[in-house]
Amino acid sequence: MNTITEKQDAEGLKPAVSLFRERWDIFKRNRTAYSSFIFLIVLLAIAFAGKALTRWFVVFDPQQVRLPEKFLPPLTSFTSKITSAEDAPAFNIYLMGTDELGRDVFARMLEGTSVSLTVGFVAVGISVALGIIFGGIAGYYGKKKFGFLTVDTIIMRFVDIMLCFPTFFLILTVVALLPPSIYNIMIVIGLTSWMGTARFVRAEFLTLRELDFVAAARSQAIPEWRIIFIHMTPNAIAPVLVSATIGVASAILIESSLSFLGFGVQPPDATWGNILADGKQFIFDAPWITFIPGFSILFVVLAFNLCGEGLREAFNPKLQEGK
Amino acid sequence: MTQFIIKSIGQRIVLLFFISIISHSIVHLAPGEPSLVDPSNPRMKAEDIQRIRAAFHLDEPLHVQYVYWMKDLFTDELKSFKDNQPVLKKIWDRFLNSLPLFIVGTLITWFLAFPVGIKAAINRGSTFDKTGTFLAYALISIPGFFLSYICIIFMVKTFNVPVIGMRTFGLEDAGLLFRSMDRVWHWTIPSLMSAVAGVAILSRYVRSQMLEVINQDYIRTARAKGLSEDAVIYRHGLRNALLPFITMFGLIIPGLIGGSVIFETIFAWPGMGRLGFEAILARDFPVILTLNFISAILVLVGTLISDILYAVVDPRIKF
Repeated sequence: MNTITEKQDAEGLKPAVSLFRERWDIFKRNRTAYSSFIFLIVLLAIAFAGKALTRWFVVFDPQQVRLPEKFLPPLTSFTSKITSAEDAPAFNIYLMGTDELGRDVFARMLEGTSVSLTVGFVAVGISVALGIIFGGIAGYYGKKKFGFLTVDTIIMRFVDIMLCFPTFFLILTVVALLPPSIYNIMIVIGLTSWMGTARFVRAEFLTLRELDFVAAARSQAIPEWRIIFIHMTPNAIAPVLVSATIGVASAILIESSLSFLGFGVQPPDATWGNILADGKQFIFDAPWITFIPGFSILFVVLAFNLCGEGLREAFNPKLQEGK
Repeated sequence: MTQFIIKSIGQRIVLLFFISIISHSIVHLAPGEPSLVDPSNPRMKAEDIQRIRAAFHLDEPLHVQYVYWMKDLFTDELKSFKDNQPVLKKIWDRFLNSLPLFIVGTLITWFLAFPVGIKAAINRGSTFDKTGTFLAYALISIPGFFLSYICIIFMVKTFNVPVIGMRTFGLEDAGLLFRSMDRVWHWTIPSLMSAVAGVAILSRYVRSQMLEVINQDYIRTARAKGLSEDAVIYRHGLRNALLPFITMFGLIIPGLIGGSVIFETIFAWPGMGRLGFEAILARDFPVILTLNFISAILVLVGTLISDILYAVVDPRIKF
């Protein structure tokens, strides 16, 4: 191993920076995308902190009902004589006001951050896993016959079938028929959104499987699942990464739409979607309950979309040449 | 060509068969039955539930139920569980309500997205391009119903116009002009709202497609032989950039059902999406299944048409 690097150094063949490093530098140059990436990192930290502070060490209690304190505008300090002092919000102030039950909207938003992001990430995790498995198998085993149909035909026709369903209507049907649970929502969104990933992965695998490193791996009798998932998948991951980033955004949007129709994550769990959906009835009396989660969703989804678009540009050499 | 059409129609019929089987199994295997919608009703006795189940064939095995559904569907005997109305007529009535909304929305989408996308591509990197790009992302990222609520409040407060429902109640005796203006106002906001996401996505596509074409050699040739800039962009550039959008015809059709659920609920518009939503709430299996089936047919027909159009428009494609 050492001799190879020395030889490369001597002949000046060694790439100055690794491929990933190079792409990352291109991504960093795109200022909007990079700042949305930083924003998302911060958001992730907020989500963890929110989970910790609302569930494990309850500093902000999102489920504390204080009926005399309902519909207080943001930044009202706690001065009530009726509600006992131990029910007071943290630091004696309602940062984002209270809702129709006198719950602290700030605490609920904090709790919702982690729930909303979990819904997005788990749903996308499921769809990416399915996409890689189906796309990888279709791309790798392509021409192998299975009865009178090839493996590729079976899987890609199945993808076509799935693409024919009106996705949102299908999600709505299944979520409405199943008992309401946050896990069902994540699973259903994941199960209905893997088709794009499968197509990308298959297209990448069709070129990858003809390359030398795959032939080399095969000649060493490495088991086929290892070749597919350990050797080939990392080489096909760039488009998957891009579509996953945008997938998180659309999963958050789908969850909020389901909440709007009343089939989203059920109370007492708070997500941005159901805070927004509950708040819409009071839009004239207490606009903050609608606008705070609404704009939070807007900014976060926007950050995911911009970040995904930046990644797409960085990982697509064709787009770079045009500049 | 004829051979190609026959072959793709055959393939699509096979696909349709599998789609109907899958949607049938999903709907029937999921827990919850039409007989369980109103469990707290004291007048529902065990034998009533038994009678309902027998009438809807719910005790038969799945494949027998599938055959019943298919047979009833094609003989036009299919009845809704909820109100015993013929399903196809119900869907047709709602389809006629959805259609104007869909057509106006699509027109807004296409007539707005193309000029914006082309202008952004021609002036790449300009303020217009940058604002347009950012605005497009913002419009994709905002939850549709949130934007609609803001828009409803804004419109009603500023212009004092009606926006909810299909027509203003009690205006039946008014003059024709009044009635048609009323109708137009009721169309405007819902179709605008359902077009918003489409405009944002499509203008991005148009922009990237135009950029790709503008960098081609034949555009340079066209410029080199001294054609005017308009001729270069619109005759040589745009026509080539348009090709991929033919495929999008097939992809916008499912929006007729799936995409409209939210907007028809917000604007109380009695269309297909709303029908589907009501059917889901009532566990009205025939309506859900038939809506799914029809939308699958629409998608398959749409992709077939776009495949054929593609071959007609682009002489490079041969079968």
